[in-house]
Amino acid sequence: MHIPDGFLDTKTIAAAWALSLLGVGRALFALRTRMSLRKVPLMGLAAAFIFVAQMINFPVAGGTSGHLLGAVLAGVLLGPNEAVLVMSVVLVVQCFLFADGGVLSLGANIFNMGLVAALAGYAMYRLMAVPLRGERGRFVAAAFAAWFSTVLAAVCCTGELAWSGTVPWSVAFPAMTGIHILIGIGEALITTLVLAAVYATRPDLLPFGREPEAGGRKGRPIAGALIYGSLVVVGLVLFVLPFASRWPDGLERVAAVFGFRSRSLASPVIRSPLADYRVPGIGSLSWATALAAFIGAAIVFGLSFLLARTVVPKSKDHAR
Amino acid sequence: MHHDFIDRFSRLDSPIHGLPPAVKMAAALLFILVSVAAPLRTPFLFPGLALGAALVTVLSRIPALFILRRLFVFEPFVLVIAAVSLLQPGGPMKFESIVVRSTLSLTAVLLVSNTTPFTEVLGVLRRAHAPSVFVTLTALMYRYVFVLIDETQRMRRARLGRTFAKGGVRTWRSAAGIIGLLFVRSTERAERIFAAMSARGWR
Repeated sequence: MHIPDGFLDTKTIAAAWALSLLGVGRALFALRTRMSLRKVPLMGLAAAFIFVAQMINFPVAGGTSGHLLGAVLAGVLLGPNEAVLVMSVVLVVQCFLFADGGVLSLGANIFNMGLVAALAGYAMYRLMAVPLRGERGRFVAAAFAAWFSTVLAAVCCTGELAWSGTVPWSVAFPAMTGIHILIGIGEALITTLVLAAVYATRPDLLPFGREPEAGGRKGRPIAGALIYGSLVVVGLVLFVLPFASRWPDGLERVAAVFGFRSRSLASPVIRSPLADYRVPGIGSLSWATALAAFIGAAIVFGLSFLLARTVVPKSKDHAR
Repeated sequence: MHHDFIDRFSRLDSPIHGLPPAVKMAAALLFILVSVAAPLRTPFLFPGLALGAALVTVLSRIPALFILRRLFVFEPFVLVIAAVSLLQPGGPMKFESIVVRSTLSLTAVLLVSNTTPFTEVLGVLRRAHAPSVFVTLTALMYRYVFVLIDETQRMRRARLGRTFAKGGVRTWRSAAGIIGLLFVRSTERAERIFAAMSARGWR
């Protein structure tokens, strides 16, 4: 999902950099206290660890293999701010030393995989952990969050490419999202297995039950969540909303009001207008994708339950 | 594993290698900016950029085959995404634009990363007042990637030596086990590193 140089136009590059710098800056700010100095070697090692983990092959049928992204893994093991920094460092090194992802596109890549994947994934993990009590519940939450992070990052990536006019949304969105819904399953699986492996040797390293609060210190628990949340939302509004709103007529009015109308008219994609139900192929494709995504999410959730059941040793469930 | 297998040509001796790292990085950035932003039909510009890249490759004594091979590794990704762009009016122009800009930018990154040791890159970032936590993180990461890779290879070999089952679920479980163990060892190592750095006055 690393976007090379030459695929994004100037406004997308600029917007993505702005969001990424704000996000990484916020993460650095949250970790600026002296107590956090302890965490620096840990984060440096964690970055190396994520990098190496991403190199390990998980064979999938037919000669292909899957890889870990690790944003949610980092978030669960280390915390949200740490995960943002760790993923950003990994992406920077990958960009420079391996030319994996462009230099100008680094802003977008950090936004997708360092901010959205890490933060939205972590938020989903914490959200799911509320109704799903206990340690096994945490595994389920982590699995689902890992899947979710992969899909959302792919959606943002598609949005950036489409906003730059590089690829048409109507083609790229179903393809990218469809593929990453599957890839996300692998991510969920690997994340859960790794967490289980850590749980088996050093359960004290898993912060289950001791997760950090969603904000800075000194009784402002919501600040961090708000800042990160707004960055992700702004990104989604910029990169995804203009295209997602290309559904039935009502929202075309919104598009006109918000000024996206000119973009939609100029874009050649409207040759087969999505609002035209006489072209059921395209028109229903968006709905079909949305429906498939919803069903897929439900399936993944169910799979996460089964996975946690098989993977987490039963005896330790009563420990706390 | 040799400690700089990633940028193994970065310590050669050539006119390009001798340039200050900040100059090389700035030049590469400028090169990429121009490649990405300039109109495709600007006379002489893109052939000129390609020629410049070729010239730098020759002067830097990096085997041209190495650069080409690295480019070929990434071309499939570029071509696949670029192929999707063909599916719209004005597609062929877009396709050409993407491939040209992307390849040139890739070459620039390859050249600068293979003529500048990573430690010098970090030095430039530090002098440019990048957040020091970030630079320290990157330095630590670079330093320990090789250690972790070695450790992973040892673990893999050990598992291979003890496994009789073939493929399937077992492989996933054991690969995940390696990653999990890697994390545990990383945290323990990090504790030792923090103690060592603090003992030497790091703040």
